[in-house]
Amino acid sequence: MEKTEQRKPILKIEHLVKNFGTKRVLKNVNFEVFAGEIVCVIGQSGHGKSVLMKNIMGLMHPDGGQIMFKGDVIASPTTPTSKYDDVRQKFGLLFQGAALFDSMTIEDNIAFALRERTDFSETEIHQKVVKSISMVGLNNVEHLMPADLSGGMRSRVGLARAVVMEPEIMLYDEPTSALDPIMTDMVNDLILDLRQRLNMTSIIITHDISSAYKIADKIVMIYEGNVVFNGTPGEIRSSRDPYVQKFIRGNRKTYYAFDDDDGKEQNVDVGELQHARDTRKFGGISSLKVVPKAVPLEKIR
Amino acid sequence: MFKNAINGLFTFFYAISQLATLTWEVFYRFPLIFKNFDLTVKQIRIIGLGSIPLVLVTGAFIGMETIMQANFQMQGLVPMRYLGYAVSKALITELAPVITSFVVSSRISTAIAAEIGSMRTTEQLDAMYCLSLDHIRYVILPKVAAAAIMLPVLVIFSELVGYLASIFIAYAFINVTMFTYLEGLRLFFYAPDMVIGILKTSIFGVIIAISGAYFGLACVKGAEGIGAATTCAVMLSAMLILVFDFIVALIFL
Repeated sequence: MEKTEQRKPILKIEHLVKNFGTKRVLKNVNFEVFAGEIVCVIGQSGHGKSVLMKNIMGLMHPDGGQIMFKGDVIASPTTPTSKYDDVRQKFGLLFQGAALFDSMTIEDNIAFALRERTDFSETEIHQKVVKSISMVGLNNVEHLMPADLSGGMRSRVGLARAVVMEPEIMLYDEPTSALDPIMTDMVNDLILDLRQRLNMTSIIITHDISSAYKIADKIVMIYEGNVVFNGTPGEIRSSRDPYVQKFIRGNRKTYYAFDDDDGKEQNVDVGELQHARDTRKFGGISSLKVVPKAVPLEKIR
Repeated sequence: MFKNAINGLFTFFYAISQLATLTWEVFYRFPLIFKNFDLTVKQIRIIGLGSIPLVLVTGAFIGMETIMQANFQMQGLVPMRYLGYAVSKALITELAPVITSFVVSSRISTAIAAEIGSMRTTEQLDAMYCLSLDHIRYVILPKVAAAAIMLPVLVIFSELVGYLASIFIAYAFINVTMFTYLEGLRLFFYAPDMVIGILKTSIFGVIIAISGAYFGLACVKGAEGIGAATTCAVMLSAMLILVFDFIVALIFL
């Protein structure tokens, strides 16, 4: 932690606000990302995660606050969009559905930006394409069309297309949402591998809390346009915030609270458990005994 | 009621300004077309060659219908040596360019709106932006250029087939000698008419492609959004073809 404080963040988001008409989707988002870090942004659907990502990528422009990259403001209500154009090449994005260009082969999809934005020869470009394809665990798919690939393969090609430009920061929009558990693990390993090989900074928008535990250095939780949690996976597990607990464990009533005197019982949510323990009070029950639901009721009584 | 009318008017002028901006952005990038001419060649194949069967059938029926109508209108009133003249003028100045453009528009503007709309909804355009690739240069410009190049070519095909079809009808069904009809076609043929008729279709080509691109870019998510985009694209291109046809007539005729 001390080490983190000494470093300067590669990306800093300060008081970010985004409105759609009269609706304020991002209210006050603040967090920092350090070089080489893997940050997972979690939260319910419709609470502003994707809008945050689009603001970071420059696909949307903030109505308040600012985004800083290596100390320079790249997005704010007063920053011209041309300012962002200069740094956009340092960002890569893996879209949820991969967003491959339908009319091009896999090779052309990956090589398109290389051909248009670099001076590499066709041979060098081909070598880079083959290398990036094998890096994501695919082989001999260069000549195929995107429609010939499965969802998982498309995601990996999308990742290959993004990393072939060697961005400093990779953003992932729900990279594992449509994948089976084996493929999910494979994508998670890929993200870790990219950090290990290229020291790539990653920001991952996800609902998948188990993936976040596995790969994240830091988890940022967004709720109704605000950051409600910002900490390590260990810290989120022990968070006493009811919403955080509800999100990471689901809305399960897994405990009973019993009144010692009259045997009155009540379901207790995991998120409410700590509160019940602290106050020794829950739903009118004051003399509290909290018991896991797995224990048969008869045994308790 | 008054407020709605004002809102409608505002929306209309806003759309016109957006359309004009898109047209300017496409023309501004026109010199870049030669850097990726393969993309334009691909579109020429799709827009141009793919439309040939449709244009041939259209051209044949335009020619046949024109001579039938001209014969019906002129019979007993105008000497039949003017039949060729009437058909020729109608065919090359108005009917072949405009009707062929309408028919091609129904195929091309809808296809462009659906393709770009689909790219918009599946985030392919956003992906281009993230890769610092200019979607106007790589997606829209080749389509506009291909339509501007190929529509005159298609109209030439249409006129040629229209002429041949009219000659066949004159020979088979109309009481006029082949010599009289062909003399009418030849004697009153005025090359600038044909040049104007063909050149204006280049403008129609731009209109068709820009209409498709505009509604494709404005497409909202979902199948319904793409459906609406294609419908609007074909309606707008048909309307603008008529408007610009009138403007060209006002200037040159």
